[in-house]
Amino acid sequence: MLKKLIEKSQIKSPWIVHYDCGSCNGCDIETLACLTPLYDVERFGVLNIGNPKHADVLLVTGTVNHRNKKVLKNIYDQMSDPKLIIAIGACGLSGGIFKEAYNVVGGVDKVIPVDVYVPGCPAKPEAIIDGVVEGLAKLGELQQQNKTDAIAS
Amino acid sequence: MTLFLYAIIGVILAPFAGVLVVGLDRILTAKFQSRIGPPLLQPLYDICKLWGKKPMIAHRFQPLCVYIYLAAAMVSVGMFFAQSDLLLIFFVQAVGAIFFVIGALLVPSPFSQAGGNRELIQILTYEPLIILVLAGIYLYTGSFKIDAIYALDKPLLINLPLLFIVFGYALTIKLKKSPFDISASHHAHQELVRGVLTEYSGKMLALIEMAHLYETILILGLCSLFWTTSIWGMALLLVITYLLEIIIDNICARMSFRWMLKSVWTTGIVLSAINLIWLYSGARI
Repeated sequence: MLKKLIEKSQIKSPWIVHYDCGSCNGCDIETLACLTPLYDVERFGVLNIGNPKHADVLLVTGTVNHRNKKVLKNIYDQMSDPKLIIAIGACGLSGGIFKEAYNVVGGVDKVIPVDVYVPGCPAKPEAIIDGVVEGLAKLGELQQQNKTDAIAS
Repeated sequence: MTLFLYAIIGVILAPFAGVLVVGLDRILTAKFQSRIGPPLLQPLYDICKLWGKKPMIAHRFQPLCVYIYLAAAMVSVGMFFAQSDLLLIFFVQAVGAIFFVIGALLVPSPFSQAGGNRELIQILTYEPLIILVLAGIYLYTGSFKIDAIYALDKPLLINLPLLFIVFGYALTIKLKKSPFDISASHHAHQELVRGVLTEYSGKMLALIEMAHLYETILILGLCSLFWTTSIWGMALLLVITYLLEIIIDNICARMSFRWMLKSVWTTGIVLSAINLIWLYSGARI
């Protein structure tokens, strides 16, 4: 029963840490707009916790370059499992218009595994909330799969 | 024996009551900010989720500190429901608070160090005030025992109004609400990340949240001692006090620890001195 409660809670309480990998701030403004009264993601238990050690969801915006890829990897390593990584905006997905620049590595998935991609330039707050919900659905599927695996073994 | 039973029931029920109180707090805070807010049981979900995280322990003595913190919070709640000695409850609670800080200071992370130091200053600020409040209760009832307060035929609040205000200050600091959320910022994440909580994660953080629930209940319990003669009076006092806490939390920005020390100590010590002199002179309403 406790396990069931924990699984339910993992869906109902995603805490977010937001990292800006050198974005133009467009996506960051849209990400933080999700916390405002208009969108109010705290309805879903989402908190912007600002500490990777407490967070469950990592929102990454902007292009990854050779300078900040280590920081991104570091933040990723500091988060404990289960965790979701969501890349936001054209730059986060592939490098966007900066893709060809000499200092740009590319999308977030070049450095860390990404669960959900939220396109847009900038991504709309609705799209970002949708991305988080999508990620939680994925987490739910993973829980189901773990359960069936456990039964099978 | 019945008192022991009360203690056990109190320790078992306190976290559930705490979840409801904190959940209501979050909903009301959201309403004040014209948001809808999380579900009522959100604190429970948060704790369960943290419990399910993979452990990442930053220092091998940290779990010990967290367990002592939780145990101290549980014991002090149990002692409160067993109507034990107020001073003893206070000291047990203080031991827990210190271990909470030690756990944070074990890790050389600058955020956790800064948060730990600030938490120490917060403890330094509210503990003398609570001692003064307890001294006032002693002067009035002639005992530190809680059952002596329950034996009164008039609410404590009538003769200790200023000490109740002082207690309110201590309460706000203890609950880490604005303007005193200096050690572990609940809303602002800029300069301190999560302060004293930064290096606690997963199960450790879940246990700390549990201990916070116990402390919330303990503080509300101590607050209820100011009106013990009728159950409605007690409920009214608790609701008004906690509502005021939430409103103050919402209308205040967080301040620096120097401001806290200056303002809380001056007003707190002056108010409690007036009230203590009044009680010592033997005048009673």
